[in-house]
Amino acid sequence: MYQEIILDHYKNPHHKGLREPYDVEVHHVNPTCGDEVTLRVKVVDGVVEDVSYDGQGCSISQASTSVMTDLVIGKAVDEAMSTGEAFLELMQSRGQLEPDEDVLEDGIAFAGVSRYPARVKCALLGWMAWKDATAQAVATTGEGSA
Amino acid sequence: MSTLLAATTYDVAAVRADFPVLGREIGGKPLVYLDNASSAHKPRQVLDAERAFVEQHYSNVHRGVHTLSQEATDAYEASRERVARFLHAPDAHEVVFTKNATEAYNLVAYSFGNAAAGSRFALGPGDEVCVTEMEHHSNLVPWQMLCERTGATLRWIPLTDDGRLDLADLESLVNERTKLLAFVHVSNILGTENPVDVLVARARQVGALTLLDGAQSAPHQPVDVTALGVDFFVLTGHKMLAPSGVGVLWGRRELLDAMPPFMGGGSMIEVVRMTGSTYAPAPERFEAGTPVISQAVALAAACDYLDGVGLDRIAAHEHALTGRLLDGVRDLPGVSVIGPDTLEKRGAAVSFAIDGVHPHDVGQSLDELGIAVRVGHHCAAPVCRRYGVPATTRASSYLYNTEAEIDVLLEGIVTVQRFWGR
Repeated sequence: MYQEIILDHYKNPHHKGLREPYDVEVHHVNPTCGDEVTLRVKVVDGVVEDVSYDGQGCSISQASTSVMTDLVIGKAVDEAMSTGEAFLELMQSRGQLEPDEDVLEDGIAFAGVSRYPARVKCALLGWMAWKDATAQAVATTGEGSA
Repeated sequence: MSTLLAATTYDVAAVRADFPVLGREIGGKPLVYLDNASSAHKPRQVLDAERAFVEQHYSNVHRGVHTLSQEATDAYEASRERVARFLHAPDAHEVVFTKNATEAYNLVAYSFGNAAAGSRFALGPGDEVCVTEMEHHSNLVPWQMLCERTGATLRWIPLTDDGRLDLADLESLVNERTKLLAFVHVSNILGTENPVDVLVARARQVGALTLLDGAQSAPHQPVDVTALGVDFFVLTGHKMLAPSGVGVLWGRRELLDAMPPFMGGGSMIEVVRMTGSTYAPAPERFEAGTPVISQAVALAAACDYLDGVGLDRIAAHEHALTGRLLDGVRDLPGVSVIGPDTLEKRGAAVSFAIDGVHPHDVGQSLDELGIAVRVGHHCAAPVCRRYGVPATTRASSYLYNTEAEIDVLLEGIVTVQRFWGR
């Protein structure tokens, strides 16, 4: 489960730390283990301009959030959302899916995590927070591509 | 010394032989099961007793005149008597079967909530319920909900830095307005054994009722509810070698007979008319619907098993294991115990933190070594908040664990540190 990529992101997380400016800030928790993330999203012209976050949690939740920021920042909201769907599908695959590196990049390292259902929610914590914040940002600011 | 004593008088190999699962391997490594505070394994004797009952004597209880119905009723009621003996309760009518400990707390909370204004159980604005900061959510949230419904105030006894109750303000926290003091006997997350005598004495001074959460004490040490002097005592079967699905509320008969019902339905009634109903006396009053029949029979078998081995001997054995673990952890740099780090007034659950490694990662890495521990907030999130940790890793031993297993855990902790420290 603990791939080098995961350990690297855990020890040296990308885009960590809360930044200005932002449209929406959300706070998500994993009630069964106490992991939490505070996450901010800035959307400009339908593009995910910035995602910043702070939180505490296990290596899986922290590394997954770091990988997520790499994958969504700079992408159109629609495209980033479908990347999120691809990651969700991978995490629900119970190890039965061959991930597409072109789509998920470092996210493919989490394929092994999908075999541990108890840890899947860890890997999804940051993604769910981002999805929630981005949907709110699109709704409240009228931003987004559609 | 205590280790030697336990080793010479306690045949842990014979105990282990009764638990089939202990022969399992996890990822090619022998299972080291140290998650007993969460749930314990079942010996063959308990499984055999439940199976024999279901295969030969099963029927619904308190409902028929046929032979099986009578046999099942007899077995169910004999189980009630067995649990009463296990708790040294004076009267089997004081034993109410529930589905688990959580239902038992809710039973009392909802019963109090249903009490008519002016009754000794009724709460309202100005009344208080007192708990402790180390409660399991199951003995906390029902009281929060009761206070919300009634306008009563919830107060709590805080914790000291070393994981004990801070009793400095006990007299103001438990006062003339306090209707109930509900507290845990042995903490599931800290391992602390609380001074029941001190708390009960204060509650009696002010006329408050007492409820003791025995989920982590009844499986591990002799319990005498009369000697403890509490008004209610709660245990759950699955932590004491019985199947999941059965728990117990023990309450003084005079109280149970005066308390209003919790759930309505079959079995709990006396006379039912379309215009209204009257209720059966305790314990039936609190056992609406078909109860947990075969699980109660299995719980009685678990009581037989525990009393057969001897709860005082089980307690001594666990004490030795806990001492070995605490000593070993003390020698490991970067590992700290959350809770009392001495054996004094302490149960077998030991929570610890490894610097720089999240408990989930600790638990996952230990699993790769065949070691089962619990990670998380252990349904006691306020305790984690109090000690500034998001979660803990908890090892909790029981009657079938060995010194060698404690050593495997201690070596495992070093392996975890090495992996995550690179």
